[in-house]
Amino acid sequence: MSENKLIISPSPHDENYLKTSHIMLHVIIALLPALVAGCVIFGLRALALTAVCIVSCVVFEYLCRRLMKRENTTGDLSAVVTGLILAMNLPVTLPLWIAVIGSFVAIVIVKQLFGGLGQNFANPAITARIVLMVSFPAAMTNWVNAFAYISADAVSSATPLVLAGTENAELPTYLQLFLGTTGGCLGETCALALLAGGIFLAARKIISLAAPLSFIGSLFLLSLIAGADPLYQILSGGVFLGAFFMATDYATTPITTKGRIVFGIGCGVITLVIRQFGSYPEGVSFSILLMNVLTPYIEVLTRTRVFGAKEAEK
Amino acid sequence: MKKLNGIKLSHRKNTENCAVADMPLPSVVRIPMSMHMGAPCTPLVKAGDLVAVGQKIGDCEAAFSTPVHSGVSGKVKSVGEYRNAMGNVSKLIEIETDGEQRVSEEVKPPEVTDKESFIRAVRESGACGLGGAGFPTHIKLSPKTEIDTLIINAAECEPYITADYRELIESQEAVIGGIRLIKSQLGIKNAKLAIEANKPEAIKKYTELTADDASIEVITLPSAYPQGAEKVIIYNSTGRIVKEGELPSDEGVIVLNVSTTAFIYRYIQTGMPLVTRNLTVDGNAVGEPKNIRCVIGTSFREVLEYCKTDVSRVRKLIAGGPMMGMSVPDVDMPVVKTSNALLAFTSYDERKTSACIRCGRCVRVCPLGLMPADIDRAYKIRNIEELKALKVNLCMNCGSCTFVCPANRKLAETNQLAKMLLPRK
Repeated sequence: MSENKLIISPSPHDENYLKTSHIMLHVIIALLPALVAGCVIFGLRALALTAVCIVSCVVFEYLCRRLMKRENTTGDLSAVVTGLILAMNLPVTLPLWIAVIGSFVAIVIVKQLFGGLGQNFANPAITARIVLMVSFPAAMTNWVNAFAYISADAVSSATPLVLAGTENAELPTYLQLFLGTTGGCLGETCALALLAGGIFLAARKIISLAAPLSFIGSLFLLSLIAGADPLYQILSGGVFLGAFFMATDYATTPITTKGRIVFGIGCGVITLVIRQFGSYPEGVSFSILLMNVLTPYIEVLTRTRVFGAKEAEK
Repeated sequence: MKKLNGIKLSHRKNTENCAVADMPLPSVVRIPMSMHMGAPCTPLVKAGDLVAVGQKIGDCEAAFSTPVHSGVSGKVKSVGEYRNAMGNVSKLIEIETDGEQRVSEEVKPPEVTDKESFIRAVRESGACGLGGAGFPTHIKLSPKTEIDTLIINAAECEPYITADYRELIESQEAVIGGIRLIKSQLGIKNAKLAIEANKPEAIKKYTELTADDASIEVITLPSAYPQGAEKVIIYNSTGRIVKEGELPSDEGVIVLNVSTTAFIYRYIQTGMPLVTRNLTVDGNAVGEPKNIRCVIGTSFREVLEYCKTDVSRVRKLIAGGPMMGMSVPDVDMPVVKTSNALLAFTSYDERKTSACIRCGRCVRVCPLGLMPADIDRAYKIRNIEELKALKVNLCMNCGSCTFVCPANRKLAETNQLAKMLLPRK
């Protein structure tokens, strides 16, 4: 009688075909300009360091899931994204074994121990960067000049933010900052490449610009008020990398537009406070991590208004 | 005015130019006594009885119910039990058709003298919402509050379905006549015929037809799903918000489906109750997608075969649209009053569900501003207070959240399950 077993499922019976892995692939593509810029500015070691980060992140993800007897999730490409973003946050001279430790912190401690994709409360790459910065301060601040790999110039250098805090230092021009031909982490110096990636993600509706714009905007305004050079402030350090690629991380930032704006403004404020008053020259990582921690509270306060809902009776 | 959120779907209105074709009479019809919301009817006939077209074969004392009529003339074969796709059991009357289509003496234009007799007539017609939800029409037409606007829902926002569109194109007299009839019988000042922007021909025609009547306005709804949802269509065409716990009539509005409107007009003219149904038959398993008119009680199998479908290849059968329609468990189930479409597919791959990445797409698309991702989390730990605060009770199961979820989480389904955890008032 029943020649066919019909498949029963709840509605809707249709879906769009954007998967988690597609989203991650978009982020990878968006970071490629920054990676290319890093290789051009700092040499091919940038590529080697990035490869080590990505491979070790994927391996840690695989081993961790295996050990926890959970489904293998390397196919969603989120570990690749974490590795790539982590690499962008490291100085090109960093010993490879330290990068592997960074990957371990990001994937095992920050991501998988809290339940894996979407469950972590802090951004894995940011946290790994901070752990490495605190644990290996010398290695993590061993900056080199742009194009040092092809010139015979002195190798060691300082980042634009360190220079800004040093008297009589020769500051890089805005154009140098925009193109990224300065000292710094391998993926954070070239604002142009990061901007291109960010615009690509926004155009493809992968990220919302609420957090990046409020982050960069508030930092700009506050710098103006604080008497710092606002353009210099937003173009140097990890502002563009942080704003477009880490303050837009789905898992660790608020889900609503209102919440994302609050998040971005918080990042801008904390970044400026650390840069102006803290002992670290750079504050982007700390600001994002601190706002990650505040995210659940921001979320509760910035819920959407439900259409036609009546207030709950008290 | 800010319009509510919506998602862009591919319309796939493949059958929009297919005029409604009358399906040949089946040899047997199986008519359930419960086809929509409301109390099930009690059969008025028994095995062996002869019935005629339009004869009442089931009725119910309850106010929230509508009678059932036979669409064929023939002999009652049996009165049995029937379990519908929702799992509800009701009586079912099986009638062997004799092919004569003898019309019952009961069929004559009803006497309508005032509002009360009009509403009684609407009840006797067996009318219910033909857009798919199946709310008994006479209940809708007897609100307790004053109504100033009648909205005719011709959004037809689900992909594939063109049954209402064909009604708009083919039955202009009945649509306009129905609007005028209901307006005058209920003393409603204004009517708005709301049509989604993807039906430009219908919008043009009706704008012309109503040009000399200031009380009927044609409204173009944006082409974004779900425009046809009651709260959405009310807001997008009048700016009024139907608040939690309210009925549209509390805001002075009645929303009626366009096919229902045309049916009521025809019933008042002829007295022929709701015994046939127009539906769109489509999907990749269907050899000849088309719009058909068939007698209520015809089996889905016969409908599919009439549309040149190899039934043995069908793996997924949906009664209604792909967004809110229901999976049909058995091809031998009958066409009922609310069947506006039958979609048959040869395959259906259910993607695996993975972890929520908190991308917020579900929040962005929800027309009512709900937060499905948070509801999903609260449901998992059975946090009823949180579910209440998140207003999951307002979810209308439009399916937009599940549709956009990159992790393929069944958010709309979770919302319905979460609703069941809420204490009943």
